[in-house]
Amino acid sequence: MNSFVGVDLGSRTTEIIQLVDGKIRYSEIFETGHNPLPKVKESLKHFENSLVVATGYGRHLISENFGAHRVTEIKACAKGTHFLFPSSRTVLDMGGQDSKLIFLNDKGIVIDFEMNDRCAAGTGKFLEFMAQTFSMDIQTFIQTAQEATEYVSISSMCTVFAESEVISLITSGTPKEEIALGLHVSIATRLHAMIAKIPLEEDILFVGGGAKNDCLHALLEDKLRRTIKRPEEPQMVVALGAALIASEL
Amino acid sequence: MKDFRKMWTELGMDLELHDQLIQDMSNLHKKTHLSQQNRPKSMDRFDRSFHASHAGRVAEILDFRKNGGKMIGTFCIFVPDEIALAAGVLPLPLCGGSGWSVSYADKLFPRDICPLIRSTFGMAFSKTCPYASLEDFAVGETTCDAKKKTWDLLGMKVMEVPQRRNEADRSLWLEEVYKFKDMVEELSGMTVTADTLQDTIKLVNRKRSALRQIDEFRKLDAPPISGLDALLVAQVSMNQDINAFIKDTQALIDELQERVDKGISAYSEKGKRVLLAGSPSPMGYAKVHHIVESSGLRIVADESCTGIRYFRDLVNENLSDLDEMMEAVADRYFGIDCACFSPNSERIENLQQLVRDYNVNGVVQSILQYCHTYNVEAKIIENSLKKIAIPSIKIVTDYSQEDVGQIRTRIEAFAELLTDLS
Repeated sequence: MNSFVGVDLGSRTTEIIQLVDGKIRYSEIFETGHNPLPKVKESLKHFENSLVVATGYGRHLISENFGAHRVTEIKACAKGTHFLFPSSRTVLDMGGQDSKLIFLNDKGIVIDFEMNDRCAAGTGKFLEFMAQTFSMDIQTFIQTAQEATEYVSISSMCTVFAESEVISLITSGTPKEEIALGLHVSIATRLHAMIAKIPLEEDILFVGGGAKNDCLHALLEDKLRRTIKRPEEPQMVVALGAALIASEL
Repeated sequence: MKDFRKMWTELGMDLELHDQLIQDMSNLHKKTHLSQQNRPKSMDRFDRSFHASHAGRVAEILDFRKNGGKMIGTFCIFVPDEIALAAGVLPLPLCGGSGWSVSYADKLFPRDICPLIRSTFGMAFSKTCPYASLEDFAVGETTCDAKKKTWDLLGMKVMEVPQRRNEADRSLWLEEVYKFKDMVEELSGMTVTADTLQDTIKLVNRKRSALRQIDEFRKLDAPPISGLDALLVAQVSMNQDINAFIKDTQALIDELQERVDKGISAYSEKGKRVLLAGSPSPMGYAKVHHIVESSGLRIVADESCTGIRYFRDLVNENLSDLDEMMEAVADRYFGIDCACFSPNSERIENLQQLVRDYNVNGVVQSILQYCHTYNVEAKIIENSLKKIAIPSIKIVTDYSQEDVGQIRTRIEAFAELLTDLS
């Protein structure tokens, strides 16, 4: 068998990658939605003679339904990161439902990790939710933030309380650009507190859907005064890691 | 099954709400304990005792009280059982472990205190705790700030638990233990004598020894009992009649020995061996234990108050002078390595000893939300474990189910880490 498939069923999006002879042959991304199984089943039809490894929030669902092996997204993320950037020792993975900070060794093995628990603060969902408050899609919301020259500080990190704070800012006439940037700054500040402890000589990689946010990336680099690398397709790293793990089974 | 509805009504309970509580507890028990493969058969007894805690056990205590017996509610393993029992008083831990009852505490308590206190009084306030009207009084203690103020709010009796391990605090504690003796003697009208105290010291030692014997099996390469079941046994030990409990554990111990002889493990996989540390898990609460053991890890030791902290130390039973016995009892409790002590280096030493004795690969610190002492001390524990190259993970959670998915991801990743690093 030389075809290996990684399925990352996340809380917001699902990514699928096929590796053949160590090269990416196929990749796919779709919204997870409320019933992801039929879509995953449809995709997996194309890879009948492949070894599949499932990861992400829905890894149990995939392994139970398709008999796939499973690993956590933490291990898969480390694996994918190490493959793309062997010098990376730290990964910041900002997903839809949680943010993780993963520390790996020179072999790509996880040596420690941190993950937010239970609440959406500091996650992709937080910014998506705030974009909705402005009736914007996430890309427009990010662009709006980038247009600001100043920002208002948002003190609440709770998604529900932050919305109240944003609404009172809107009604007091604060420009939407300043609020949008303020929300990005508050997320960046929180992430910064997580990663500020990392030794300076180590490469930090930013992955997950959140890494596609240029505004957030720039704010983080600014706060840390160091370069934070991003892969070309930050959302695919975990699925890639799962496919790589499949190839080593 | 016997119908206890009449008894519950007589006890002034809200039957409809109580049905909800029982349903919730039974469902969780089914999902966690009963879903395990390879359980020892004698665990049936402890399942029954778990279900009896709001039924048959209540009827026993009702009878005991009708015959003049006295009962006190307790909320901490610092309250000395030996002394209450020697005065003919039944001490019964009443800590709540039900997520269902938590919100019923909101009418009196702030939300940002630990789920243990909220669950306990949520049951009392929603009239679903059968013991609320059975206890003569409750004895609180000073192990944390939320508890101290709860006792004030409810006008309860309080034992002052020492916070520093020095001579002054030791004398204070001895004095508190004497005051406790006066308290229970006054309640029952019976005097604690050298003879009665020696008897109850021996009795409680037998109970703790039985629990220790069960733990010994967990040191083995293939433990014949799961961490989840060992937790249930410890939880039941705090509710069931002590003699009945000792009898049931004997049956379990015999079966565990038989399983060891035949090479039967409680686990189908040979997962990494972990130690569970941190806040207590009162009866009804086994969330973290369940997630850990259903993620391929084996909990071979539990250092919490519902684990080894409750039964590690015994009281010297070879004394004949009452004052010497009182001092021996006080010293046994003074050695409890609760996070309310500052500093608490004994806990670190004990933990490291457990890591060696139980051949532990990693430590899971299970902390109840707002349990500040254990939560902050967790960093000291983590650092001390790093020095002996033992990975650890801290889970801060409450009795609700909303964060189970995230906790499972973290625990599974921890299991992967333990495997990949070994």
